[in-house]
Amino acid sequence: MDRPLTVLGIESSCDDTAAAVVRDGDAPQILSNVVSSQTDLHAAFGGVVPEIAARAHAEKLDLCVEQALAEAGLTLAGIDAIAVTAGPGLIGGVLSGVMCAKGIAAGTGLPLVGVNHLAGHALTPRLTDRLAFPYLMLLVSGGHCQFLIVHAPDRFTRLGGTIDDAPGEAFDKTAKLLGLPQPGGPAVEAAARAGDAARFAFPRPLLDRPGCDMSFSGLKTALLRERDKLIAAQGGLFEVDRADLCAGFQRAVADVLEEKTRRALALYLAQTPKTPTIAVAGGVAANGAIRSALQRLASEHGVGFTAPPLALCTDNAAMIAWAGIERLRLGPADDGMTLAARPRWPLDNAAPAMLGSGKRGAKA
Amino acid sequence: MQATSAAVNVRSMATRTLTLSLPDTDATQDLARRLAPVLAAGDCLLLTGPIGAGKTFLARAVIQARQAALGMAEDVPSPTYTLVQTYEAGGVEIWHADLYRLTDPAEVIELGLDEAFDTGISLIEWPDRLGDLAPPGALRLELSVTGDTARRLDITGDATWHARLAPMLATLDA
Repeated sequence: MDRPLTVLGIESSCDDTAAAVVRDGDAPQILSNVVSSQTDLHAAFGGVVPEIAARAHAEKLDLCVEQALAEAGLTLAGIDAIAVTAGPGLIGGVLSGVMCAKGIAAGTGLPLVGVNHLAGHALTPRLTDRLAFPYLMLLVSGGHCQFLIVHAPDRFTRLGGTIDDAPGEAFDKTAKLLGLPQPGGPAVEAAARAGDAARFAFPRPLLDRPGCDMSFSGLKTALLRERDKLIAAQGGLFEVDRADLCAGFQRAVADVLEEKTRRALALYLAQTPKTPTIAVAGGVAANGAIRSALQRLASEHGVGFTAPPLALCTDNAAMIAWAGIERLRLGPADDGMTLAARPRWPLDNAAPAMLGSGKRGAKA
Repeated sequence: MQATSAAVNVRSMATRTLTLSLPDTDATQDLARRLAPVLAAGDCLLLTGPIGAGKTFLARAVIQARQAALGMAEDVPSPTYTLVQTYEAGGVEIWHADLYRLTDPAEVIELGLDEAFDTGISLIEWPDRLGDLAPPGALRLELSVTGDTARRLDITGDATWHARLAPMLATLDA
């Protein structure tokens, strides 16, 4: 093993502000992982009210960094490099993080590494399970849904993704349409337990088309249609109706993800990886029905299955610190004061149509 | 199928509402193809209607129609989580925003939407979150569910909008 590297990670590209310290010695170690989030207080879609103001991120960043260092029992003198999310994301948040990281780098003389937020998610299974390259990654959350083959810390092939809503969003909107609480994922799953998935015929969008692209927006519309039919016929929804609607919806999402994962696996296995593994990351991986469908599929194919713990699948800075470590392991790196925030930053430039290709925002 | 215009209601001297019937998603896409080339920098479309009414569907169709005319093709994912997605479309930037998660109109300025209203084509879902920051010259597109795939579209705009849309709307009844 190379000498241990201790990296401070900073993340502020989405709703949350976060800082973490990760050390890579004999095994990766998360020394601290601080997320300043409002998850428990609010119940908008996704359960999080977005932090949009660059200034608010900036104010929280200092505190997060301070707390991350304190929890790690370190000062900046114990840090080898700073890793920061440089995109994609809302520009105000990304800029705040980059400016904060530059300030620390300038003050300490430490190297500064810009990290792609999606690469942070995609490399998390290496932090948690030390997966060997190449592995197949299904990133499936509120805002994301894509298949990636992860070849190296800086090389990804995007096999496909959603062309409209991500499944997490579909769960949240389903919950909203059926009067269930947010976040929708756990609420819909709980309601579905008592339901009959076969009662309503929900579509399986894009299954008739080749490839790994997915669509979940039409499911929401189909659910709305069935709901309104029931309301028109009986003046409202009974518990059993809601349970059946949730079960049918969840089964449809699971079926689509399973079939598309089957295709992604075929493409991945065609590259004859030495230790074939699929990693599923994101809040939707916590859904029991979806998770077991994917686990079954992996075992049918003799492929390893892993799903990093939820706290490391939602936005966090440990994954950014880890992605920084991965990049530093490739060779000396220092983006220094030239590091620029990139609202648009596709992981795979070769893929034809990119999900999340155009996010931007605050004028910081 | 194609949209059919049902009624024109004069609401006031300044704005008029035109009601279109969109029997299926093809009709919505057809309308988007006609609407897209009419749009220019500085235009703002406010898309209203309940969840599932097809706001994102219509916005996506407009963006993809505009890009297709330029030989471009890009996925148009839902902006619900990202808040804003931007698209290049031949020298003008299209801003597709979903303001559902906003809690304060001031956040609109943080997102840079006020600037986009002037320089880009903005397609705004849940525009009630704009408060009084909604551009006065915006075109309002209100979708209602009238059947499995059928939607009603109420288009409300000032006289300038109606003059600009007239040639496009005239072809619908042809």
